[in-house]
Amino acid sequence: MTNIEQLIDGVLKGDRRFIAKTITLIENDLPESQKTVSLLYPHTGKAHIVGITGPPGSGKSTLIQKLVEELRRQGKTVGVVAVDPSSPFTGGAFLGDRVRMQELSTDEGVFIRSMATRGSLGALAKATKDAVKVLDASGKDVVVVETVGAGQSEVEIVKLAHTIVVVLAPGLGDDIQAIKAGIMEIGDVFVVNKADRENVNKAIMDIETMLSMNPEREKWKPPVVKTTAIMGEGIIELLDKIDLHRKYLEGGTIDTRRRQTVETELVEAIKEKVAGAIVDDLKKKGILDKLVQKILEKETDPYSVADMLLAKRLKRLKPS
Amino acid sequence: MSSEKKIRVVVAKPGLNSHDRGAKIVARAFRDAGMEVIYTGLRQTPEQIVETALQEDVDVIALSILSGAHLALFPKIMELLERKGLDDVLVFAGGIIPKEDVPNLKKMGIAEVFGPGTRTDTLVKFIRENVRKRK
Amino acid sequence: MSDEQSLSKITKEREKWEKTTVPSWLRRNPERKGEFKTTSGINIKRLYTPEDVKNLDYLRDLGFPGQFPFTRSLHATMYRGRLWTMRQFSGFGTAEQTNKRFRYLLKEGETGLSVAFDYPTIMGRDSDDPMCNGEVGICGVAVSSLKDMEILFDGIPLDKVTTSMTINGPASMLLAMYIAIGDKQGVPRGKLGGTTQNDMLKEFYAQKLCIFPPKPSVKLVVDIIEYCAKHLPKWNPVSISGYHIREAGSNAVQELAFTLADGITYVESTLERGLKVDDFAPRLSFFFAAHNNFFEEIAKFRAARRLWAKIMKERFKAKDPRSLWMRMHVQTSGCTLTAQQPVNNVVRVALQSLAAVLGGTQSLHTNSLDETLALPSEEAVTVALRTQQIIAHESGVVDTVDPLSGSYCVEALTNEMEERAMDYINKIDDMGGVIAAIENGFLQKEIADSAYKYQQEIDNKERILVGVNDYTVEEDWVPLKILRIAPDVEAEQLARLQKVKRERNNARVKKVLDKLHGAADRDENLMPTIIEAVKSYATLGEITNVFRSVFGEYQELIVI
Repeated sequence: MTNIEQLIDGVLKGDRRFIAKTITLIENDLPESQKTVSLLYPHTGKAHIVGITGPPGSGKSTLIQKLVEELRRQGKTVGVVAVDPSSPFTGGAFLGDRVRMQELSTDEGVFIRSMATRGSLGALAKATKDAVKVLDASGKDVVVVETVGAGQSEVEIVKLAHTIVVVLAPGLGDDIQAIKAGIMEIGDVFVVNKADRENVNKAIMDIETMLSMNPEREKWKPPVVKTTAIMGEGIIELLDKIDLHRKYLEGGTIDTRRRQTVETELVEAIKEKVAGAIVDDLKKKGILDKLVQKILEKETDPYSVADMLLAKRLKRLKPS
Repeated sequence: MSSEKKIRVVVAKPGLNSHDRGAKIVARAFRDAGMEVIYTGLRQTPEQIVETALQEDVDVIALSILSGAHLALFPKIMELLERKGLDDVLVFAGGIIPKEDVPNLKKMGIAEVFGPGTRTDTLVKFIRENVRKRK
Repeated sequence: MSDEQSLSKITKEREKWEKTTVPSWLRRNPERKGEFKTTSGINIKRLYTPEDVKNLDYLRDLGFPGQFPFTRSLHATMYRGRLWTMRQFSGFGTAEQTNKRFRYLLKEGETGLSVAFDYPTIMGRDSDDPMCNGEVGICGVAVSSLKDMEILFDGIPLDKVTTSMTINGPASMLLAMYIAIGDKQGVPRGKLGGTTQNDMLKEFYAQKLCIFPPKPSVKLVVDIIEYCAKHLPKWNPVSISGYHIREAGSNAVQELAFTLADGITYVESTLERGLKVDDFAPRLSFFFAAHNNFFEEIAKFRAARRLWAKIMKERFKAKDPRSLWMRMHVQTSGCTLTAQQPVNNVVRVALQSLAAVLGGTQSLHTNSLDETLALPSEEAVTVALRTQQIIAHESGVVDTVDPLSGSYCVEALTNEMEERAMDYINKIDDMGGVIAAIENGFLQKEIADSAYKYQQEIDNKERILVGVNDYTVEEDWVPLKILRIAPDVEAEQLARLQKVKRERNNARVKKVLDKLHGAADRDENLMPTIIEAVKSYATLGEITNVFRSVFGEYQELIVI
């Protein structure tokens, strides 16, 4: 059996097999997983993390393929994490995004990993974040996180990125309306892909109108880039914008962002660990069932129970 | 994430042949059986298939071929798998493969060869029974 | 068909029959299934009566053979005059080997050749491309340059034969080579007869042998249609193919609908080029599968003819009666054949062929019983050909035109096929046409769903396949030797390609490839320059690469 030290050592050396194994460990949330991530943590923080999202049909996968190819031409190493939904009925999944990137799969400077959403949104966001950390620690200069669709979970996942790219395409106008709630607010760079189609300019105008309605965020004004990914057009310009955003972040804001990210991560960890421990304890002692029964009988309600539990624990924590 | 260990499968089409009806049907059947399926798309080189298996850390590689190029392509795949330390991955094949080639293919490490007319649940059962035990 | 009075009498009697005779019989003899369905999910009724065709107007909907709407047949006397063309698709190994097979077939009386190319050729790649290792000459003959084509047709006068080439992405290049050989033999271009499959649309969602994206692919298809309309009056520039759609897993209705939708797209694209409909429509041809469900298949062929005639007349205002003709080639369905008890495949092929003949096909290829095992052996090919000959000469079904017309069941099914196909065509039109339906994955999804459903029906034994999920045996009897391609084919082919590249005038090749690049950039009809290029011995791969750099490369939209 491979031990954790071996795994860490392998990841830090950039060994592909060990990177893959470590991500599996995280995905399956095996007992060693947390320790592994903790040990890798000091080695993270070097990669520029780019989140890419957008509705189906916007041509994201091809765009990412071209983006990665261009990054390689510039001599940068790249990791890609592509997230696809699991079927809520069977738990199975098609991990299809990699298909477009198969040409890159034999490039030593590229590592692509597909992940299924599996369990809850919170768990997925954590696993994705940790998978990105593995690729970061392995020395990749850029890590791309791709999610399909533009729903709440996609927004949640992609938030871990330093730079968020939102990909749209002409003819998806209705979708732009539909998704603006979540995605339009978080995008740092907007792409109108398939720019060889009709109505490109209308799509750009739609986006700009919508952005102008957003409350002003920081000093960064999200640019809109036209690409025709299939022909490789606009890719260099897109990379320039991403890079510009990176420089903007490095000019001070990155610390704010990093602080935010770390804070979110910490809060999530506390929720998971502390609440998890309390719930496990209640389950073990058979108290949880009794509490549920009481709520069902309307003797009390979930919030009152939670308050009661918190008060008890706090008392116990007080130094005597 | 869920602590349930999912079986991860690569369904791959090596060679230039484009008949993907069978590959897609089995991919769907595996998904419906709760597995995580990476379908590589058409025309994959042995290097691409093995790299995909490695990066995705899969348990199973299902190869579909109908062009008759299996004797040229399969040995390369098996050799690469061994060289990269993936010799615990379950590999099986389906498509149009003459019976007389089967013993040879098994000798190189292909666990089984399934011909036309195989039920999809036979394949699912085969995977469940033969997949490597993860540590 | 019947007047109203007698129809209401029939209805009354039928209702009586359903209340009396049927229940008393069913009590002792229940039906085998709750419902009987075709592969397309059409419910087959217990009984068809005049009520089911009450809206059928004989003159409007059926007419006479050789007259609009051609439901009964394209030609006035059909097989009483000329039988269908028995065209067997072949090609393997090197050009020399296939040339030998061609000459043998011609000596035996065949006048139509049908070339199968190997996968590298089909994908526009030279035999020495690293992707092609292990595939050269395996599933067809390898053609990388005009040199291979010269050997393939050595000693075969192109004004005496017609040649069908199953080629799509590089169709323009192979046709250019054929023209170049004709030129060398001194055959006027007006005398070259044959067919290029050249149907790229179905590749994107069914057969998946694509090189360039959809729009430039259709441009190349139209280049050939236009060039042929002007210079090769006897050539069928495109064979609009439902066969591959069906083999990819569609049902009969989808096969019919998607094929006609593709046909509509080609007509529209060619009209946009500025041609008049009657200048090219008569040379459009079609290619369908003959699958298992006998009556559904016959109805499909009849509905296809009627529907196409209506589309050409009403939608495209064609005037020339030949523009309304749906000339079709049919091949029995490869995916229905079983690896188990392969001899049974002879029977399947016979039934499917019979459906094709009763459906009024112009040309037929029968599959060989060993095709689920390997490329067909010579013995198996012979049995397949004999099957056609037995239908033609022994069964008597060819002695009258469209003998099943007037069958309540067949006419009702023909109507149903037409209606359901038209629904799909309208849906695709609403989506913005076939290319839009490819780009949004609709066609791929429809086919994948049907394929999966069919497999599930087999797995669940709702659909019995003899020898596969019922009537199985321990050991299959295979009375044939499997054909194997000698492994030295690849080496031989590579050596020849090296020699061609060494001996040709490379400066000339470079010049003509540059010229081709320019022509593609300017969106000219590329046929003349491609002919020039192949004559300079520029290879298939080199020409394809020029187009790749201009058109981009297609990346499959995966829909599972």
